[in-house]
Amino acid sequence: MRLLFREALLAFRRAPLLSTLSITTIAFSLFAVGLFGLVAINMRQALRGLESRVEIVAFILHGTPLETITLAADDISKFPEVFAVGYVNEDSALAQAQVELEEFKDAYRDLEINPLPASLEIRLKEGHRDAATVAAVAERLQGFGFIDDVRFGREWIERLDRLRNVAGLVGLIIGLAFAAVAVIIIGTTIRMTVLQRAREIAIMRLVGATNGFIRGPFLLEGAIKGLLGGLLSIVFIYAGYILFGRNTPMLSGLIFFEPPQLLLGILFGVALGLGGSLVSVGRHLRNV
Amino acid sequence: MTYHGELPYLHAVIRFNHVSKAFAKGESALLDVSFRVAKGEFVFLTGHSGAGKSTILRLIYGELSPTSGDIHVLGFSLPNITAREIPRLRRRLGIVFQDFRLLEDRTAEENVAFALEVTRARPDSIASRTSRVLTQVGLAAKMHALPNELSGGEQQRVAIARALVLDPPILLADEPTGNLDERAMRGVFQLLRDINAGGTAVVMATHNLDLVRGTNHRTIELRRGEVVYDSAVETGQREGLA
Repeated sequence: MRLLFREALLAFRRAPLLSTLSITTIAFSLFAVGLFGLVAINMRQALRGLESRVEIVAFILHGTPLETITLAADDISKFPEVFAVGYVNEDSALAQAQVELEEFKDAYRDLEINPLPASLEIRLKEGHRDAATVAAVAERLQGFGFIDDVRFGREWIERLDRLRNVAGLVGLIIGLAFAAVAVIIIGTTIRMTVLQRAREIAIMRLVGATNGFIRGPFLLEGAIKGLLGGLLSIVFIYAGYILFGRNTPMLSGLIFFEPPQLLLGILFGVALGLGGSLVSVGRHLRNV
Repeated sequence: MTYHGELPYLHAVIRFNHVSKAFAKGESALLDVSFRVAKGEFVFLTGHSGAGKSTILRLIYGELSPTSGDIHVLGFSLPNITAREIPRLRRRLGIVFQDFRLLEDRTAEENVAFALEVTRARPDSIASRTSRVLTQVGLAAKMHALPNELSGGEQQRVAIARALVLDPPILLADEPTGNLDERAMRGVFQLLRDINAGGTAVVMATHNLDLVRGTNHRTIELRRGEVVYDSAVETGQREGLA
């Protein structure tokens, strides 16, 4: 084990320029992936913001006893998809309309009878805000006898669904493309390291080293490079986030990666370093 | 005319039996070669460049596979050897080349120790074994020198020390004196003879006939991949006639 670490670390001392190049390459490749990841999580956050506005409004027939409404609201809140149920009585509805609909403010003030019905405002849990689920819940609400009408902006939710699907698919494709490019670049860099040490590998084989023994230091070296590249890429991404996110008013609400996501990024770097080394050394050992 | 080593080498450490080797382009490097090397024997492989000397050595240490025929080295059957067994075979062979093949950024001591480390020798034995073998080749005083601080002859001695440190029963030397001046060449050659006197079989490929003529070691001469002369067979035939 001591030898494994010594040989792996020696590689950095022997070829500092190539090692620096490898780490920087890994860092920039992961930076590109990470930057895209940052865009993706911010898009997801923005979509979540839109989704949180998905709401079903169930209008209640005039004259329905409050007790009936309360019991029903309690039942509805137990639906697995439902996050919260709010009751808006006629007076509150009118007050709300006066605030929200400025242009009809005066018309509402002169009314002798309140034309607005009471309603239940139902918000759904995350993951249940797609068009199909919303429609299904709305249909169930229609089953309550005191419900006059149910509205949920079907078209708007369907559009949101499409946006979510397109964003997810585009994100997946671009993310995979970035990752593939990173893998190729990192693999090539590590292959350069392997070729640079071809003579040493040949000598190791001559004196009877097993392929496993030869691979060991290269894998460790690749993993260390991946780790350092991963850490460096986080520094780059954070610098970019600070530079653009904080100084551009339009992007002021940007969020950064959570610690588990950062850890995942570093592990991805380590996996890339390991994988790149494994492929490069394996190919070299097969060909010599 | 091809001679087949038919002497009763009861303790043969190397056995070539009708071995041929052709490369991908169809060129024949060896044609129906048979010979045996006994335990502790010193054998010269001679012939011009391209005669097949290095091919024989590469077949012995498993870098090449024969196109046909059988090779047995220290109990390993080479046409059937698995990739896993090759390192085990090589740990029992010492191999020395004309170009030394030392690691330039490691001292003489580290180069020798490297052979022990890669074969997972006990760490507490490495220093003493390295020191012993460097003393044996006359380089105890220069164990901390880097290869570029050593003369050609000294570098070859380091390579020989690296080959010897695993106490191999066979030492293969491919033109080990090819890059050396006369004095260094004599010194390295004498060292190989001393090693052989200690019981290690030595197979040395060389085209330096002056070295060969000055000794009574067995000589196998190759020409275009064929054995055209084997002094052991000649001696056997003479003894048979007597």
